[in-house]
Amino acid sequence: MVELTLPRNSEIKKGKIWPKPVGAKKFKVFKIYRFDPESGRNPTWDTYTIDTTQCGPMVLDALIYIKNEIDPTLSFRRSCREGVCGSCSMNIGGRNTIACTKGHDEFQGAITISPLPHMPVVKDLVADLTNFYAQHRYVQPYLKTTTPEPQKEWKQSEGDRKKLDGLYECIMCASCSTACPSYWWNGDKFLGPAALLQAYRWIIDSRDEATGERLDDLEDPFKLYRCHTIMNCAQVCPKGLNPAKAIAEIKKLMVERVT
Amino acid sequence: MAQSGWTDKRPMSPHVQVWRWHTTMLGSILHRATGVANYLGLMLLVAWLFAAASGPEAYGAFERVASSIPGTVVLFGFTASILYHAMSGARHLVWDAGHGFNPKLASLLGGLIIVLALGGAAAIWIVAGLAPISLPELGG
Repeated sequence: MVELTLPRNSEIKKGKIWPKPVGAKKFKVFKIYRFDPESGRNPTWDTYTIDTTQCGPMVLDALIYIKNEIDPTLSFRRSCREGVCGSCSMNIGGRNTIACTKGHDEFQGAITISPLPHMPVVKDLVADLTNFYAQHRYVQPYLKTTTPEPQKEWKQSEGDRKKLDGLYECIMCASCSTACPSYWWNGDKFLGPAALLQAYRWIIDSRDEATGERLDDLEDPFKLYRCHTIMNCAQVCPKGLNPAKAIAEIKKLMVERVT
Repeated sequence: MAQSGWTDKRPMSPHVQVWRWHTTMLGSILHRATGVANYLGLMLLVAWLFAAASGPEAYGAFERVASSIPGTVVLFGFTASILYHAMSGARHLVWDAGHGFNPKLASLLGGLIIVLALGGAAAIWIVAGLAPISLPELGG
């Protein structure tokens, strides 16, 4: 359902302004979304100013610096710190991306950081991705076959393998799905760009034998067709993938199989 | 705002409140907005025909409203709306065929058709002799 304002318990209040470091030559201001589930209070925008000569170049470096040196209560997910795991996805400067591959010098002025949009917040920058993962599970992201298993591996021509490029690289960071207004308003019924990109990855896999079944399942006014080509997904994907195009390809297959 | 559908005790993270729009997102919402505007604009067209059918008095009243400054602004907006929706619709056809998904290109084209819609509407109005619009005189 389209609801442009935040529910009452989600309105963001003014928060703490941490002191500016003394004697810093180069500094950067971070306005960070804070929510403590144990406080019973609404979320706040807390402001941190850090000496950027003291930390690494990425937004994730700055967050780790804040957690280590200023405020250990700040919560966020991170793991690989090199764009492989997809854990540190968040909204940085109004766009979703992964904090580990985004330089803080790419922004002028204060950098606003909040959790992935329109999601339940567990704490601070940690969003609850349960529904997102359930949608991934729903598209059955694995090889489905009916013919007897070959002696060795399931083989594929080089050309067929190439069809998976731009799809298999997805790290499931949820930047795309939570960037999508259709997903914001109908995330309970619309599968969202990430799950649909994965659905397409298996639909066009030459080795998969459940293509018809997969398409049947997506033939639904919400699951697939809530995509209105807004393209926020492709605009923000930190891996440069294009879920919007993948969804269009699924829509094309839907037409092709009935004509 | 009326009672929210959000029943979770946890807060909902900010969305439109923080989002920095891409041209493609603006283009998408404009497509929908101009779709609604065209629908309403067609009612104006019907009202015009209705006024013409009702006689010189009603027609004169319509003409006065249509050629007033607010009326002109609305008609100019309707012109731009038709142009935008048509071009944006054509773009959707291209997308449906699986082309034009490069984000940078899509943004560029999105911006271009907004400019073309406004420029095109301006050109039409200049050629048409600007306001006050000269509606055809009723016979008799």
